Amino acid sequence: MEISNLTKKRIKDYLESGNRFDNRKLLDYRNIEIETNVSKNAEGSARVRLGNTEVVAGVKMDISEPYTDHEDEGTMVTTVELLPLSSEEFDYGPPRINAIEMARIVDRGIRESGFIDFKKLCIKKGKQVWTIFIDIYSINDDGNLLDAACLATVSALLTAKMPKYDEKKEKVCYNELTSKKIPLTKNVPLTFTFHKIGKSIILDPSKEEEESSEARLSIALSSNKKEVVINAMQKGNEEVFSEAEILKIIELAEKKYKEVKEEIINKIEKNLKENK
Amino acid sequence: MAKSQNKTETKKAQKEKREIVVPGEKIASEEDYLPGEWTKKEGNSIIALRFGLADKSGRLVKIIPLSGIYMPRKGNIVIGRVIDITFNGWIIDIDSPYQAFLPITECSKFVNKNDLSECYDIGDTIVAKVLNVKRKGIDLTTKGRNLGKLEEGMVIQINSNKVPRVIGKEGSMINLIKKESDCEIIVGQNGVIWIKGPKVENELFAQKAILFVTEKSYIEGLTEKTKEWFEKSKNKIEKKNKEE
Repeated sequence: MEISNLTKKRIKDYLESGNRFDNRKLLDYRNIEIETNVSKNAEGSARVRLGNTEVVAGVKMDISEPYTDHEDEGTMVTTVELLPLSSEEFDYGPPRINAIEMARIVDRGIRESGFIDFKKLCIKKGKQVWTIFIDIYSINDDGNLLDAACLATVSALLTAKMPKYDEKKEKVCYNELTSKKIPLTKNVPLTFTFHKIGKSIILDPSKEEEESSEARLSIALSSNKKEVVINAMQKGNEEVFSEAEILKIIELAEKKYKEVKEEIINKIEKNLKENK
Repeated sequence: MAKSQNKTETKKAQKEKREIVVPGEKIASEEDYLPGEWTKKEGNSIIALRFGLADKSGRLVKIIPLSGIYMPRKGNIVIGRVIDITFNGWIIDIDSPYQAFLPITECSKFVNKNDLSECYDIGDTIVAKVLNVKRKGIDLTTKGRNLGKLEEGMVIQINSNKVPRVIGKEGSMINLIKKESDCEIIVGQNGVIWIKGPKVENELFAQKAILFVTEKSYIEGLTEKTKEWFEKSKNKIEKKNKEE
């Protein structure tokens, strides 16, 4: 059943006094858990938990022809599948608008940041390049699938290893992973989705808060050495943001990026060490 | 020595009384027991049809389900949400596989036939009684004491199979929660619960208590456990307040 109007009003009023139902502050994230190499068959994979929200992302590599306007660059395909298991709102069948939007936000955040060095993924100019397939599955939806999906994707890419390519047979040997990693730069992209409920702006909404959200703005950021750069933005839901609110959000996003980036990279590295 | 043995034996008997079973599991042999609700006779044994607790009382064995959807029954008090207005009534979502219908004639207030939304608007939460369940659909009524539109407060949802545990024996559990959290609470048989307290904090406290009960729903003597839980969490809150 959809969330009741009474509960919506309670959330709104309670947020105005600066509190949330689960005792978090307005811009606090839930506990972030990252688990890498969860899939045997994928070149790289990760499971991310934000409270009860759970997302799994996997990376597969294959050889394909490049686009004619970028003959010396590899390509990337992102798909999101919202499994009916994860929420009663999702159904089987071709991806709906929310899944398509999510895939595009994740894709754009990574592509525009220059996180993947596509030029190094070229094998033969104009003929053969590597393609990266990113598949994202929602396991449980307790709000904020979007940020969790972005985190899972970045973690999966960071841990992925290239499969061996047999040039004579022109085939990829999936059972022989090399120790080489996907060519990545240091611009780690992260996406933060801000939600507006009443006058309050919050991060990492729970399911209830997400359902009572009036407007949302996703900001994809990456950092180039010292500067933090905004790579992409996406606005959703019916209500509007004022100019002042957007400027405030951008400021908050930059601050949050610096805070969270270290934490996440540490968590991934720790996880990789434990796996060895 | 003999006494303690006796005790363990009675404990064992209690444990045997309620065992968690899955569909298809053999519960008892046909000679000793008769099949009750959600069980079936197959060959010489009685098997379970649902996931739940197998309850053996006397010669009858039945299953108290622990999961699954809510199936409306005549006379149930439910809490629902108005999702549509037609020319002669309202369509209510009561979180069951079927939508319910509340006709104008079953509304306790005077209704302006040109504008039904004056009485109940889309998105409103109402308490209603299931009038009858037929193949055509489910009919509701709001004629009666404590039925009608809910104002203020908040609504939470639990699995409808756990409603009996939240209410407790003769309402012992729900009265305990009401008293400790200082809230008004209405529990719908469909698992939708309305809570209203003097402060939001009280409502959240009541919500926590209800979630505790639903999580521990398989434990015997749950009301006592919940009393302990209340004492513990109250101490915690006092500590926090002192620190601040």
